[in-house]
Amino acid sequence: MKDEQQRFVSQTVPIQSATFSNPINAEIRRAAATGIYDIRGGGAKRKVPHFDDLLFLGASISRYPLEGYREKCDTRVTLGTRFAKKPIELDIPVTIAGMSFGSLSGPAKEALGRGASAAGTSTTTGDGGMTEEERGHSTKLVYQYLPSRYGMNPDDLRRADAIEVVVGQGAKPGGGGMLLGQKISDRVAEMRNLPKGIDQRSACRHPDWTGPDDLEIKILELREITGWEKPIYVKIGGTRPYFDTTLAIKAGADVVVLDGMQGGTAATQDVFIEHVGMPILACIRPAVQALQDQGLHREVQLVVSGGIRTGADVAKALALGADAVAIGTGALIALGDNAPKWEEEYRKLGTTSGAYDDWHEGQDPAGITTQNPELMARFDPIEGGRHLKNYLKVLTLEAQTIARACGHNHLHNLEPEDLCALTMEAAAMARVPLAGTEWYPGKPGF
Amino acid sequence: MQTFDLEARGLRDLNSTLQAQKDATNQTAWEIVNARGSHAIAVGLDAPIEVTVKGSTGYYCGGMNKQATIHIDGSAGPGVAENMMSGTVIVEGDASQYAGATGHGGLLVIKGNASSRCGISMKGLDIVVHGNIGHMSAFMAQSGNLVVCGDAGDALGDSLYEARLFVRGAVKSLGADCEEKEMRPEHLEILRDLLERAGCDAKPEEFRRYGSARKLYNFDVDNAAAY
Repeated sequence: MKDEQQRFVSQTVPIQSATFSNPINAEIRRAAATGIYDIRGGGAKRKVPHFDDLLFLGASISRYPLEGYREKCDTRVTLGTRFAKKPIELDIPVTIAGMSFGSLSGPAKEALGRGASAAGTSTTTGDGGMTEEERGHSTKLVYQYLPSRYGMNPDDLRRADAIEVVVGQGAKPGGGGMLLGQKISDRVAEMRNLPKGIDQRSACRHPDWTGPDDLEIKILELREITGWEKPIYVKIGGTRPYFDTTLAIKAGADVVVLDGMQGGTAATQDVFIEHVGMPILACIRPAVQALQDQGLHREVQLVVSGGIRTGADVAKALALGADAVAIGTGALIALGDNAPKWEEEYRKLGTTSGAYDDWHEGQDPAGITTQNPELMARFDPIEGGRHLKNYLKVLTLEAQTIARACGHNHLHNLEPEDLCALTMEAAAMARVPLAGTEWYPGKPGF
Repeated sequence: MQTFDLEARGLRDLNSTLQAQKDATNQTAWEIVNARGSHAIAVGLDAPIEVTVKGSTGYYCGGMNKQATIHIDGSAGPGVAENMMSGTVIVEGDASQYAGATGHGGLLVIKGNASSRCGISMKGLDIVVHGNIGHMSAFMAQSGNLVVCGDAGDALGDSLYEARLFVRGAVKSLGADCEEKEMRPEHLEILRDLLERAGCDAKPEEFRRYGSARKLYNFDVDNAAAY
């Protein structure tokens, strides 16, 4: 008994290393066993300063609110007012981000079109070209102009409602893409003009232009081909938002799309997703500053994406100066991606509902990120579209609720003065005061 | 022959006029004067018309062309005939970078030399260069034929897919996964036809054929050093 007591007192408690944590060690073992980096889909999973670190300052005496259930709070937004003859008019400032046919199934693309159209907003193609499912079910379709130019042709360019020149994306700014062979069905192969079953690389930069001066000429060409009708968006990953936004404006963009590191991808290296790029919270204010410095804030519209989940996120992004947001991962979850009802099958794949990110392998139990006909058949595009419409409606209602509480009759009247920050980091990035103070790091005059 | 003074009437007027031509148009012959290196000349055309540009052009002349025959009576700037779908573009002089980039169909003839990245990411287009081509040409070229009557620069056909490359002169170096291939009778036929259509009197037998070794088609960590 005495010995046991002695052992209890002198025994050290096992302490896990914060540096060599269990997930890190597991990755080291995986790397040692395979000799290859981890590839996955989705966006950054690490915790970064985000919209959750901001709060709204509802109205009281100094400002008065609008009646939540009676007074109007407008949500409409027009994109492409700078040069395009036919700007896009949306009922809500929440759009669907570009996701390719190939990474997603045809029915999933159809559902995105159905849901977006029912909610009065736009959807976006992605690498791999324009499908009839998506064009047919999207009242407003943005056609991405990507480095790979898979499926690119002037007829689809003219069938689009807007053109998005993709320079980069938040999950992998500076990186290209790879669609692994197991997702290259006959149809995907035909659309991309490549053999079935091979890995299809998407280049990291455009084949026929480099730099902002070339981009200006490329935009001129696209406008000439489409009769100056279509709004031209330029999409950038969030790394140097002030300079990249400035250069996109200089090149003639109607709309700048800015994607933070939480934005998803169909597939890339985990090390890329987690270690390259900035959180969207850190990107918005520099981009807005660039627009303001050029005298073009609101004339060139800013669409932000990467980690938008709730109406609060929508409202906060708009309050920081964005004109609209885009959602990708949230939209897939609304369609049924990572749904708990497939838990048994996720476990067979060595994962669990909510954590499944091997979208590139084409074995998605939910039938969304796959080209496998049996898995695709599980997904109903009509039901998926209805769920997406509902989700978009909730995002909008939530944002309106907050805007009314802050006294605004349009979501675009939200402003940085409506916000405070919970952390120093968020205060510095969003350039709004730390809660209870008038100060944020870097504020002039302090 | 319709003559269009680009300096006097402007680019928008030019392209909208040419794009408005229909399949059955009687105005099939067009001449553009005072091109003066302008960008995006004759882009997005979609009718069987013949357009002659007097002088040299800037970026993207003939971009996304369908059906039209565009004759550049001078040299062409970067991205001539980019993403061409069908038709023909003929450059009397030299072509700058990215000639025929991502083209899906049709024929691009360059009677002088072409700079770097000629035929980059081409997807079915045929290109015949009477002179030499620069480095990194046919990078990630997917399908179609690139014929070079002169020499090719460094890293020809890097990361090539299924495009066929025919070179008569020297190749400074081959890119990753590009190798010399056997010239079979069907290739000589393809070459004979392209040379004839491009107005080139070189003999098919004088060329060597290059294509993809297909070793990098599926990612394998053991090949990482090849990139």
